[in-house]
This record gives sequence, structure tokens and C-alpha cells, in this order.
Amino acid sequence: MTPDLMEQGARRIEARMAALAAKSQQTESGGRAAGIGRVVKDREVDITHGRILYLDGVNVSFDGFKAINNLSLDIAPGELRCIIGPNGAGKTTMMDIITGKTRPDSGTVFFGSTIDLLRYTEPEIAQLGIGRKFQKPTVFEQLTVFENLELALKTNKGVKASVFFKLDSAQGDRLAEVLHTIHLADSAFSPAGVLSHGQKQWLEIGMLLMQDPKLLLLDEPVAGMTDHETERTAELFLSLKGKHSLMVVEHDMSFINTISDIVTVLCDGSVLAQGTLAEVQADERVIEVYLGR
Amino acid sequence: MSTFTIPPKGPLLTRGGWSAWLAAVIVLCALVPVLNLVVPAGSVFHMSDYAVALVAKILCYAICALAMDLIWGYTGILSLGHGLFFALGGYAMGMYLMRQIGTDGNYKSNLPDFMVFLDWKTLPWHWTLSDSFVATLLLVVAVPGLVAFVFGYFAFRSRIKGVYFSIITQAMTFAAMLLFFRNETGFGGNNGFTDFKRILNIPIATPSMRMTLFVLTASTLLAFLLLARWLVGSKFGRVLQAVRDAETRVMFSGYNPIGFKLTIWTISAMMCGVAGALYVPQVGIINPSEMSPANSIEIAIWAAVGGRATLIGPIVGAFIVNGAKSWLTVAYPEFWLYFLGALFIGVTLFLPDGVVGLVKKLKAKGGAK
Repeated sequence: MTPDLMEQGARRIEARMAALAAKSQQTESGGRAAGIGRVVKDREVDITHGRILYLDGVNVSFDGFKAINNLSLDIAPGELRCIIGPNGAGKTTMMDIITGKTRPDSGTVFFGSTIDLLRYTEPEIAQLGIGRKFQKPTVFEQLTVFENLELALKTNKGVKASVFFKLDSAQGDRLAEVLHTIHLADSAFSPAGVLSHGQKQWLEIGMLLMQDPKLLLLDEPVAGMTDHETERTAELFLSLKGKHSLMVVEHDMSFINTISDIVTVLCDGSVLAQGTLAEVQADERVIEVYLGR
Repeated sequence: MSTFTIPPKGPLLTRGGWSAWLAAVIVLCALVPVLNLVVPAGSVFHMSDYAVALVAKILCYAICALAMDLIWGYTGILSLGHGLFFALGGYAMGMYLMRQIGTDGNYKSNLPDFMVFLDWKTLPWHWTLSDSFVATLLLVVAVPGLVAFVFGYFAFRSRIKGVYFSIITQAMTFAAMLLFFRNETGFGGNNGFTDFKRILNIPIATPSMRMTLFVLTASTLLAFLLLARWLVGSKFGRVLQAVRDAETRVMFSGYNPIGFKLTIWTISAMMCGVAGALYVPQVGIINPSEMSPANSIEIAIWAAVGGRATLIGPIVGAFIVNGAKSWLTVAYPEFWLYFLGALFIGVTLFLPDGVVGLVKKLKAKGGAK
């Protein structure tokens, strides 16, 4: 036999083996490779489609007043989105809808690609990983700063688990870390009620961090803060960006200028304009709603 | 990263607290029995049967005040229907005591007198378990607990809060009172149950039985005090206070407040049931007037006078108000209700933290000097 005949034979055998190997992987569903589809895990946020929050065609009216009017908005994972808009534009109502406080009349609200937020209650949504800071700082005034943070800590929040709860050292370290991040380590054992307005804002932000949310909704986080505190808040938010997704509602334009990538302008319950701060500030319609018509 | 260290979990009571608790145990469970039973009646140290009965009654009330503190002081839910749970526990015990009379009643029948009077021939179904002491002990906590659970489930799920909740609890106890007033419900109508003869086949009116019940009541109160202390010292207790201060924040922190409220509400009701069950054999009567709205309001007054959210305060409050009541109703019977009203207004206006809060404030002032 000639060497090239032997080579041909070897190639034929190889091809045959490869065909057999391919055939053995064929399944009843047509032999597609495993891994194209993914199993949906309960309460796991699926961000493979590049969106952590997705609102589409949302409508809410209170006694005939359309607070939210066909609102569509989406946020990418790790994004820091600023929302501005005149009073009554529906900013707080939008947050109410996302966190389950208000049920929309129509529309869809998704957290990731798989979680329909309209099916969950407020505590469940908080456990899914959406944290919210209120416009008016809301902390537990009779409890100490330490206890406030401990309550917010991400853990089993059932009744029985709470009765027998004991802070472990990893959780303690986390708590200490957050205490330093929010610059309240020195007042850890003072009642939250004695803190200044700005400090309460910080404590509430700290409580959000303890929950380790994937998405933070912050309603006027720097209202009532000194310039110095505002600056530190901006630093904090910029450091959170990337690890968490943030939605910040603010009126303080210089603060927004410091932190923003994309700004969404809400007006009359729907998106009026979207872009960089400079772009939206140059937008005729935005100027009109802010300066009167 | 320097100033902060995680504090170790505090003890159940401080050293001073344990000393006071032990002192209370010794006084109530050893000293009182000796002063009443051993010291002869002529001695100045003798404690009269009247005084023992009065303190026993107040100890039962103090258990209610403690239960009220858990739900109102710590969780911020004002119940004006706790008298119902007290009465339900009392009725459960009363049914057992009625069956213990046996054939010694006026009509010498196996049935309780009021049933003979109504010409009933057999025991109604809901009296089935009343012959068993063990079942009675179970019912004493289970009936108030179940009523509270079902009522609380619907009320809390519907997010009924504040004054609306208070009004509904008031209506609840009033409705129950009307129900128990009726003869056909089988609870002795407006006369209720009385003329008890025995408990566990032991005559109920002997000095030693009275003292046994007294010691049992005191021990129950002191044990409940530790239980309450343990509950409010846990994270569960802090969630309750958080519900009181900012319920929406609790929800957005991932806690479902319904479960927490329902748990403490039911525990509180069960405590009141136990108090009622201890009260009835010592006072010797239970009737629907225990369910009257005024009784429930009084429980809230004891808690407010003593100091909410302090645990010891409501117990002190129960003693102050009821001590004053037993003195005033004898000395100036017509002024008692005015006094009670004035007390409530005065405390609300001038002592928002009650007597215990006032003592704490004075101590802090003294310390600052």
C-alpha cells in the first residue's frame, strides 16, 4: 500500500468517528447544544438581556388625575440614572409603582427579564433586591444607629428567624464597614432621632446598603444636606455605580451634574426627554416645562 | 476604622434587674404567705386576707398591663379590647370550676344551676372539655389566642391602623359582651358563673388554696416579665418598635409587618387569657361585665400611667391605679370616675412616659448635678 492511501484511510476513519461522536450528542429535541436556554431561578434577577429595570406603557390615575401616563423607561445594570422633572411629574409615584406601594392601572414593570414586579408585595420586592430611600428621611428614631442598620441587614426576615437572630462576625464587619461609609461610626449607639437631617439621610442610605440591593431608588437624597455632605454623597454614589444600579431623583442640578451620565426628564407622568444633562438642558420642551409656558 | 466595636449581646436583665426580680420573688412567694398564714392575726405584721385578695387581683391586672405594653407600648397598636381576652380566659376557667361544683349546687343537679334554671337537660357541646383540668388549661390560652389570631389576621391584612383599629377592638369586646349576656349562648347570661366550690377537687375557699393561687399568680407575672423582656430584647422586639416608629420603612427593609404584629398580638391576648384564668378562682365570679369597653380602657390607662415601652412601668401603673381605686371607692366613692379621667388626661399631658419615665428623668437630673 502506498503511504497516501494509508493517509486517506486514516482520514476516513477520523471523519467516521467524528460523525459518530456528533450523532451521540443528538437528543430528542434535535441535538442542539445544551446551554442555549437557561433555567429561570425563582427570585433571581436575570440581567443577560442588559436591562435591570423595565417599565412599559404604565398608567396610573388617582380620581381621574393621570399621575403616570404611558410611561416607558429602562435602566441598565450598573447604571446611575438621574430623574428630574417639575413637581407633580410623577417621580415619586413611579417609585411607588416599582416598589409595590401603588398598583398601576395598566402596563408592565419588570425587574431583570424574568421578575414581574406587579406580582409581589412591598417586603417581597425589598427582598428581591430593590432598596428605596424616601423623600423625607425615614429611620427608626427610637432605635440606635447600630440597631437601624442591623434591622436593614440582608438576612432571613421571618418572625421566627428574627426572634433567634444573632449577628455573626461577617455581618458585624459589614455593619462596621457601612457605618464608616456613612460617617456615623461615632454615633453608632445614639438614638437615630437625635441625628441631624443630613445624617438621617445618610443613615437611610446606609440602611439601603445593608440590604445589599441590586437596584437603589433614591428620592431626593441630598435634600437638607450641607454642601460638604452633598459632595460626600456624590462620591458615595459614584463608588456604588457599576456594582449597583441607581435611580436618583433630585432637584439639585449641580449634584446631578457631578454624578449623571444619562438624565431622564419626566413631565406629566411620561418621559419628556432623555440624554446627557447638557443635552436635556438645551432641549426646547424641557426649558418650556421648567420655565413655564 | 477605629472607634467602633460590635457590642456583645446584653444579658436578659442587668445585675440590679436580677436582684430586683429575685427580691420580688422572695416577697411575693415567701414573705406574703408567711405574713398571712404564720404571723398571728393580732400582730402588726399580719397581712389580712383582704389585703392578700386585693394584691392577688392587682397581680392579675398587672399581667394584663404587661400584655398591653407589648402591643401598645412596643408595637404602637392601641387595643381597647384586651378585656375580652381576659374574660375569655376567665370563662374557660369558670366553666371548669362550674363543673367542679358537681351536685352541690342549689338544685343538686349534675348540671350547673343556671342550666337547670333554663330547663336544659344535657350539657351543651361547647362544655364538652370543661370537665378536664388539662383541657381547661389549654383552652385558657387557645381560645383568646385563636380569637385574637383570626381577628388580627383580617385587621392587619386590611392594614387597619391607629384609631380605627382601636375602635374595632372596642366594638369586638362590646359585641362579645352582648353575646355572653344572652342566656341561650350557655355562659350563664348576665349572672355569669359564681359559687365555685372546688378546684382539682380541693375546696377553693381554704387559706392554703388561696395562698397557692396567690403564689401561682405572682410567679406567672414574674415569668411573663422575663418572657416579655426576652422578646423585646431580641431583633423581633426591635422590629416591633420599628413598626411603631415607621412601618413603611419596615416593609421596604424586607419585613412583612403582618406576621410580626399578628405574633405579638396573639401572645398578648394569650397572656391576658392566663390572667383571667388566675383571676376567676380568686375573685369567685366571672360575668359579661368583664367584657365591657370600660374595663379594656382601664388596662390601657394602667399601661399609660406606669410608662409605655418600659415593661416594669405598666406593672407599677396597675398597682398605682388599682391601689388608688380600692382606697377611693371606699373613701370617696362618687369621685372615683372623675379621678380616673383626670389621671388619664394628666398623664397624657404631663407624663408622656408615665411614672417610670418621670423617675428616670429625675434620676438623670440628679446624676447631672
